[in-house]
Amino acid sequence: MLHKHPSHRSHRRWSAMLVGLVLTSSWAVAAVPGDFLQQWRAQAQAAGAGTAEFSAARGQQLFTRRVTDWSCSSCHTSDPRRQGQHATTSKAIQPLAPAANPARFSDPAKVDKWFRRNCRDVLGRECTALEKGDVLTCLLTLK
Amino acid sequence: MNRHFAPIIITLARGVVFAAVFAATPPRAVGAPDKPAAPAAAPAPAPAPAKPAPLPLQDSAVWQQECGACHIAYPASLLGPASWNGVMSGLDKHFGTDASLDAATAAQVGRYLRGNAGREQAPATTATATPVLRISDTAWFRREHREVPAARWRSPGVKSAANCAACHRGAANGNFEEDERQEHERGERDND
Repeated sequence: MLHKHPSHRSHRRWSAMLVGLVLTSSWAVAAVPGDFLQQWRAQAQAAGAGTAEFSAARGQQLFTRRVTDWSCSSCHTSDPRRQGQHATTSKAIQPLAPAANPARFSDPAKVDKWFRRNCRDVLGRECTALEKGDVLTCLLTLK
Repeated sequence: MNRHFAPIIITLARGVVFAAVFAATPPRAVGAPDKPAAPAAAPAPAPAPAKPAPLPLQDSAVWQQECGACHIAYPASLLGPASWNGVMSGLDKHFGTDASLDAATAAQVGRYLRGNAGREQAPATTATATPVLRISDTAWFRREHREVPAARWRSPGVKSAANCAACHRGAANGNFEEDERQEHERGERDND
């Protein structure tokens, strides 16, 4: 049964396929901050925001804005390179700035989920693509 | 057998055996206090769960990740299934915050919670609506923590009853044993 196949060439072929599968499956999930900026720029333009240049200054203002009981900085602190703390439960929150935490802005599902939840909590509504882009642009200025 | 294939097959066989053993291991019985004062005077839980079949590993991993994002993932055994259903159906208004999930993730988490739920809990006061949604509003929780002064809950190091780890060092691992409480907590209790 098995002895009919040339051993070495089969090994290498199967190994290569397995490695390729693992690599591509992990890369399919991982994004980079630039991917999100690109997506949001397109969405903002489609929503009629003109040239939709993101502004770190606007992002900074949004980050500290308090419409409800909370602002983004309530949990992420005013310096998103630092570890934060949940305003109610005190649970530690890893830094938000990609320079301090490379895992941030790498998973589209996570980014969508947390923007949905946290914008509703802080602003009482979803953030627009422009607002998301502004916030990330601001975060990327932090080294 | 061709001698070049033997090591590969042996390695694969080891992997299959390992995976089978790992999948067959019952989920860790998180949050199962050994003391008789378990929720609603249920008998002390055995080390292995009483449920007939272990849940898929993915459900518990999703539960841990999603329910442990803002606070420790409170052990499912602390509330009954009706309570957990109540929690899951109101995630967008989860104790003052939006904790909403996509439908697929919510289904997994709900399945895990229902599969690992304890008995339905009596509320601590008659004013509390049932099913009780807040663990610290259960009669059991109040009994367990009856020696804790009211001011302690509001102290800066604790802030609220949601913050189990403030006093229960092993809370993140489902360990709430009294002798695992922080040193200063034990010391203060002994000095009463």
